[in-house]
Amino acid sequence: MEHLRFEFKTPGNRPSGRASALVGVVSSGNLEVMVESTDLNEACQVEVNTSARGFAAIWQAVLTDFAERHDLAGLRISINDGGATPAVVSLRLDQAIEEFLGMSS
Amino acid sequence: MPAGRMQELLEAVLEPGDRVCLEGNNQKQADFLAGCLAKVNPERVHDLHMVQSVIALPEHIELFERGIAHKVDFSFSGPVGVRMAQLVAAGKIQIGAIHTYLELFGRYFIDLTPQVALIVAHSADREGNLYTGPNTEDTPTIVEATAFKSGIVIAQVNQIVDRLPRVDIPADWVDFVTQAPTPHFIEPLFTRDPAQVGEIKILMAMMVIKGIYAEYGINRLNHGVGFDAAAIELLLPTYADSLGLKGKICRHWMLNPHPTLIPAIESGFVQSVYSPGSELGMEGYVSARPDVFFTGADGSQRTNRAFSHAAGHYACDLFIGSTLQMDLDGNSSTVTLGRIAGYGGAPNLGSDARGRRHCQPAWLKAGRQAHDRPAAMPRGRKLVVQMVETFREQMQPTFVERLDAWTFMESSGMELPPVMVYGDDVSHIVTEEGIANLLLCRTEEERSEAIRGVAGYTPVGQARSRSMVENLRDRGIIQRPEDLGIDKRLATRDLLAARSIKELVHWSGGLYQPPQRFRNW
Repeated sequence: MEHLRFEFKTPGNRPSGRASALVGVVSSGNLEVMVESTDLNEACQVEVNTSARGFAAIWQAVLTDFAERHDLAGLRISINDGGATPAVVSLRLDQAIEEFLGMSS
Repeated sequence: MPAGRMQELLEAVLEPGDRVCLEGNNQKQADFLAGCLAKVNPERVHDLHMVQSVIALPEHIELFERGIAHKVDFSFSGPVGVRMAQLVAAGKIQIGAIHTYLELFGRYFIDLTPQVALIVAHSADREGNLYTGPNTEDTPTIVEATAFKSGIVIAQVNQIVDRLPRVDIPADWVDFVTQAPTPHFIEPLFTRDPAQVGEIKILMAMMVIKGIYAEYGINRLNHGVGFDAAAIELLLPTYADSLGLKGKICRHWMLNPHPTLIPAIESGFVQSVYSPGSELGMEGYVSARPDVFFTGADGSQRTNRAFSHAAGHYACDLFIGSTLQMDLDGNSSTVTLGRIAGYGGAPNLGSDARGRRHCQPAWLKAGRQAHDRPAAMPRGRKLVVQMVETFREQMQPTFVERLDAWTFMESSGMELPPVMVYGDDVSHIVTEEGIANLLLCRTEEERSEAIRGVAGYTPVGQARSRSMVENLRDRGIIQRPEDLGIDKRLATRDLLAARSIKELVHWSGGLYQPPQRFRNW
């Protein structure tokens, strides 16, 4: 297991969504993403627990692009990863935000 | 010929150094004859030169371990690839060359004509006529090359009967027939369980359908084996139909009878399918659809690997396949260190047919895109699509600066790196990030940047120039899902026409009978 922490400063409006949203499952090649509101104002904290060690740089790149795509102020995102590829991670993150904002069908 | 005397027969007819074709493809195997050959006395029979499509069985390896054979020319090696690499390193196996199927078959008639062929059929009659059933595969090619050049043809069959359902190989091309103690081995190689098709593959399949199949009007095509291709097949009755594409794409196929194509056939997408081999469990379904598949008067499927690979090369406008590694020129390879894999049909199917002359709209359109000089001689172009996720299992990057094939060449003494599909034959690369159209690239730099632009978070992808990638995107050379009007949120398993093997059985009206290992209900 590897534990990683990231923080993004996002000077946007705090999105108004649900209290929390959870998508995905922890299984081999998959991951679980939980999004919660916090009172961190402009910051978005991301915590990653992953079974695959040594990929901090790729997590940083994936999460930076994700932060650029969305307005993430005032959120805490917790990820439990079972060795998912960056493609699956990006998809789950987008789904989690959509779910959180109440956009998903 | 009694089965018990086969070893004796082989010791009598084989001379040291003979070229021997041992039939076996990735589907059916002359496993009884392979076992007999592996047991002959190496003092009597040694240094054989094996010529065969596939090296797959432990007995194939045993031939080299015991010194019965020394050299091999082949096309594909399956699960024994690691052991094979070890034997090459130990000097026990000398590889002549690794071929694509048609190339190897071609050499059977030029410089690799077998002196003895050990073949496999379903049944024989008392005259020695052979019935292969749906898995005719390579048999006619091997027998043609051997029997008409004074060679000896020995066949193993499951049973000897009074009257065959049909004659696939005439008796006077066959010298000896033996009834094997057990039916020959056959592998269900093309069955992909829809339960294992994930969202990323579904997203990529949506891009292929909308961004390539609809864009070019692809109606004559071949799919490689794999979950990527299976995802496309399973989206035809749902996603492609919702785009109004029924009757407009995917009508004529060169394809093994993939169970995942059943929903598209039943939905009226598919008009014809010609197959290199059959697939275990698909026999009843294929027999019930002679309007789509090629079948004999007996009702069962007739396949032929040589003809279907010729068809795939000359008569298809598109090939789509996958690979393990791709470099920045678009060259791809399935070689990984310490394992000899081979090519199968990919180099032939995944290459432009420069001898082709007949026109189809898709072929002409691709040709126009590939041409940068208006004054140049116009010609068409086959679409060769590589569909890959940017990372494989265990986070191995698909996109690399340098293929492992180079290291393999250096360590094994080959004259060229074993490349499966050359970059200059590739027209499109599809990843979860988007489609790169290499036909539209005008310089080598543009081409590499287009590849980086779909290479995701691999080191190669992260080294992209963001401004150049945006420029390529403005010119339509790179297309993201949103550029294609694809809503990524729709890429869920709900879009699959069948989500399990059981649903494929339902689509077939109960005619598809999956092998036991795929039954989980």
